[in-house]
Amino acid sequence: NHKPRRSSQNSFGGFKEFYQILQTIHHIHGDDVLLEYADVHGDLLPINNDENFHKAVSLANPVLRIIITKKGERGESTAYCTNSLQRRRKGLGLPGLRPAGSSTTLSKNKSGIMIGPPQDFRQISSIIDVDILPETHRRVRLHKNGSNKPLGFYIRDGVSVRVTPQGVEKVPGVFISRLVRSGIAESTGLLAVNDEILEVNGIDVAGKSLDQVTAMMVANSHNLIVTVKPVNQRNNIAPRGSKNSMGHSGSVGSGGSIGSALSHDSPSPASQSNPITASLKLPGSSSTIKQLETSLTLEKKKLNLDKSFFFLK
Amino acid sequence: MKRFKRHGHESQRDRLKHELFQFTKTVEHGFPHQPSALGYSPSLQLMAIGTRSGAIKLYPLIEPIPGDDKLLLINKAAGFLSKKNLFFPLIYFLILPPCLSPSLRSVPDDYVGRRNLEHVEALQENPVNSNQVVIGYGRGLMVVWDLERVICPQQLESMWWTEDGGSILSSHSDGSYCSWSLTGEDDGEEEEKSDIPYGNFPCKAITKIVQLPTAAGPPFLLFSGGMPRASYGDRHCVTVIHSKTQVAFDFTSRIIDFFVVTDEPSALVVLVEEELVVIDLQTEGWPVIETPYLVPLHSSAITCSHHVSAIPLKLWERIAAAGSLQNTHYSKKPWPITGGQNLAPDPPQRDLLLTGHEDGTVRFWDASGVCLSPLYKLSTAPVFHADADPNDNMSQSAEGEWPPFRKVGCFDPYSDDPRLGIQKIHLCKYSGYLTVAGTAGQVLMLELNDEAAEQTVEAKVMDLLQGQEGFRWKGHTQLDVREEPVMFPPGFQPFTVVQCQPPAVVTALALHSEWKLVAFGTSHGFGIFDYLQKNKVLIKCTLNPSDQLAMEGPLSRVKSIKKSLRQSFRRIRRSRVSLRKHHISNNTKVIQEANARLEAELAEMELAPVQRKIEARSSDDSFTGLVRTLYFADTFLSDSSHNTPSLWAGTNGGGVFAYILSVPPVERRADEPVTAQPAKEIQLMHRAPVVGIVALDGHGVPLPEPLETAHDLARSPEMHGSHHLLVVSEEQFKVFTLPKVSSKTKLKLTAVDGSRVRRVGVAWFVSSKAEDYSEVGLVFLTNQGDVQVLSLPHIKMQVRYPCIRREDVSGIASCVFTKQGQGFYLMSPSEFERFSVSARCLVEPRCLLEAPLHPVSPSQRRPQTEEASSEIQKSLEGDQT
Repeated sequence: NHKPRRSSQNSFGGFKEFYQILQTIHHIHGDDVLLEYADVHGDLLPINNDENFHKAVSLANPVLRIIITKKGERGESTAYCTNSLQRRRKGLGLPGLRPAGSSTTLSKNKSGIMIGPPQDFRQISSIIDVDILPETHRRVRLHKNGSNKPLGFYIRDGVSVRVTPQGVEKVPGVFISRLVRSGIAESTGLLAVNDEILEVNGIDVAGKSLDQVTAMMVANSHNLIVTVKPVNQRNNIAPRGSKNSMGHSGSVGSGGSIGSALSHDSPSPASQSNPITASLKLPGSSSTIKQLETSLTLEKKKLNLDKSFFFLK
Repeated sequence: MKRFKRHGHESQRDRLKHELFQFTKTVEHGFPHQPSALGYSPSLQLMAIGTRSGAIKLYPLIEPIPGDDKLLLINKAAGFLSKKNLFFPLIYFLILPPCLSPSLRSVPDDYVGRRNLEHVEALQENPVNSNQVVIGYGRGLMVVWDLERVICPQQLESMWWTEDGGSILSSHSDGSYCSWSLTGEDDGEEEEKSDIPYGNFPCKAITKIVQLPTAAGPPFLLFSGGMPRASYGDRHCVTVIHSKTQVAFDFTSRIIDFFVVTDEPSALVVLVEEELVVIDLQTEGWPVIETPYLVPLHSSAITCSHHVSAIPLKLWERIAAAGSLQNTHYSKKPWPITGGQNLAPDPPQRDLLLTGHEDGTVRFWDASGVCLSPLYKLSTAPVFHADADPNDNMSQSAEGEWPPFRKVGCFDPYSDDPRLGIQKIHLCKYSGYLTVAGTAGQVLMLELNDEAAEQTVEAKVMDLLQGQEGFRWKGHTQLDVREEPVMFPPGFQPFTVVQCQPPAVVTALALHSEWKLVAFGTSHGFGIFDYLQKNKVLIKCTLNPSDQLAMEGPLSRVKSIKKSLRQSFRRIRRSRVSLRKHHISNNTKVIQEANARLEAELAEMELAPVQRKIEARSSDDSFTGLVRTLYFADTFLSDSSHNTPSLWAGTNGGGVFAYILSVPPVERRADEPVTAQPAKEIQLMHRAPVVGIVALDGHGVPLPEPLETAHDLARSPEMHGSHHLLVVSEEQFKVFTLPKVSSKTKLKLTAVDGSRVRRVGVAWFVSSKAEDYSEVGLVFLTNQGDVQVLSLPHIKMQVRYPCIRREDVSGIASCVFTKQGQGFYLMSPSEFERFSVSARCLVEPRCLLEAPLHPVSPSQRRPQTEEASSEIQKSLEGDQT
């Protein structure tokens, strides 16, 4: 059912029109099909909305090769990140990671708008352990998934300001110094220049040299989990009540501390303090979708959801 | 209950660890880096060398004894030294104002010996005689100076009291010296004799002058410097004049200081920047006495080292005999510095340290005890047509040459051909076979021969590229092997040389003397050579076709350091010349431009801080095919019931290649070919360089060395039970089962603490409590400078000690481990630091110095810890009275 197709379309319609044209041409009315194309890196990417359709057409050089697959035929592995789900289930051995049993994946064939790990997308990163980390911190997992895409970031030495019982203290720290354009790190939108790196795969980097941290990251590059303190603390997943107070640590790659951050972690209504376990009723969805320990960043798709919920780019 | 037991077990393990492991830095071998001062105590027969880093080392290797009352004067010594936690109170400063001495005799007693006369308070000219000046010092001393009598307007360099106290010698910055007699009562001293020994043309300063009497006959006059500025201003000379004999000893580097071992002047000891030279003044011809320690390890830069423990006596004697034939030009006199007693027990075994050098030599050092003394020196250069300078030897100067130079010392850092540099060494202590490999892909096989022999060295070229197309080697060319027979002196004599093609530096080397095979690897691949039949057995190209950098060779992008240095010197010289030309007109402009450039560079540096790229390693990285390690093992590779000879190779890109070797039985070994079949290939997921491979027998013990069991020196390996393979990469340790080569256990290093394995070795640790208990461990050094020990075969971390500063990259790279858990690393270009991770096996100095107690007044007894100032004051008083 994989049909390579050469298309020399010049009429820039929308995705819907294109889909209908294809259905007409191939006489596949009534069948749900997935449209995919291969980009310049050789990655298989989906066509399912106007935006990625236009992107695909713009990349056609000179012809666009489209693969049409009947929906559901690829079975479980429809997600573009091969085996990422399994890997996530295995657990990381990170302290305090939620037991795998408590997580549930989105059931398939949901009607209405899908928000979970969609099957048509490749997972490239995830925020994890939100429930155990102070809200000033963010633990990000970068999925390499065997792709050729570079991790694409650089780190540097710097000075971090910590609040300790003895007062404000300056300690050496390691920061992100550069993001490579269209690398994995940049395309996640979860890491930014001047974010301070606190841990690599669960190991504290305090007191380690830049070279040591580099070596640790490279050694873990196939499954890299970095815990950062984002330089921009405005988008934090924070209780609504304390949201405004979080905006204080502005542009410098420092400020705040584990200690002070923990103090925010006061008990608060579950629906507010831990948005990850919060329920959300979406229009058009008949059932409540329980969102999981991972919030996803999806490539080439923007969903405008409530900002306090999670990031999608 | 279970928990309780376990706790008990752990504490027992901890106790055992204490008995097995202990980190000590034991002794420093070689010549101190950047020496700055020399001192000698005639009564104690002790010599001290101070260095610019503030260390003071005593020789013969003596531990300073606290509370010792003997004075030892060390000029210019830069500080107090705490060595081995003992405070050493023998050092102080002596600061004298220049030109103090001329009227010392008329100075009131009260002022004699004061450290200084305080500041100059007043200076007045005699109103009648303008040649007389009175200088008043702060302490009240007034000295009338007669300017007419100041015959040497040149700056004073040094002074010397003659033995009888009757005259003073002074040396000056214009290369002259004067003798001042002190006999006249009222006139004070008179200049008796002034001389510029290498006169006529302007000369350099005589920095030190010494005159020593002999029992019968004329005195010895010794001075340093004084050479004619224009012709020989760059020479570093000490001139010795005795009767009609005059020799200008021409040293290899700048002279720091010298002294003469007296009673009769018997030996001249000269400390120069890079070595210590002792000259026998009693034997005709003044030959050099061989130094038993303080030997400059870096006489040519050290490029690699290799340690062999427990050398059989027979081999040891043969090497020593070959070495003694090389040292015939030395004096027969014993070493003249004899202080103290050595209490260290005789070393339990004979250990060899082999160092490879940039000039193609391999030096064999006796590393059994605290003195690292030279045994034998092998030169590989005669095998090749090198651009060597034939007249660059220690030849005596031509008759009648003036000054009468004689070259002494062995420091010679200039290599004629960088391709000769030795990169890898492997010695089989049982068979006496040695293989050395160098910078231009040359692999020499050598055999120990007690007789000199003339032979032709057979050259074999092995093309490691194996038909890989599209490459052009842009590095150095291969060395030219001499086709005619070459006369080799007794010792290790080469019989075959393999030349890798392309001639890239050899990065891995292994010798199996039982199978008579040698394996070698470069950045392009690896090969096996049968040195009995002189045939190639295997060539494997590991080069990634897209790896252009490895292909082109090192010189294409990174110029040789020497070349670039030479060029930059030339550039400087040229720019100086041109600067001088435009000096006046362009001066300010040039400076402004330079400043602007500098500022821009600084700003750039500030803008772009050091940053590191985070990227997964890929198979397309450069030098992934570089062979890092080669290992022969007799183990189970094809099936679990038959062990076979095998070769294992590890690459920079995390690849491991295994080959099954078929070695014919001994009786047919010379006729039937040795063959190699590929058996296994492993690609480590993390792609880190493989730095070590070890096969473990059924008991989890590393397999013995070739011929080790044949010589009944090791238990034969356990061939029942399954063997394992330990692969050490820079990032983790991984154990595989054999013959399936499936992963069993692993220990991550880099992922956990960010350090990487740099050097690795297998060592046996004997308990310090019970001699019959020992454990085998894997000892390794990380790029953070830490020494760590892993247990085998369970690869559990045992101990970790900080050893080398992590910034000291060359020190870390130079580290070698011994089989008993000791190690050596270059703490400076000229010194090995010896350390031990074993609690039992230590080689450290144990000496006793019995200091004769002088009849000293209580005020002279210096307490051990006191303010330095009063101590200095007292000691100076003590010295002067």
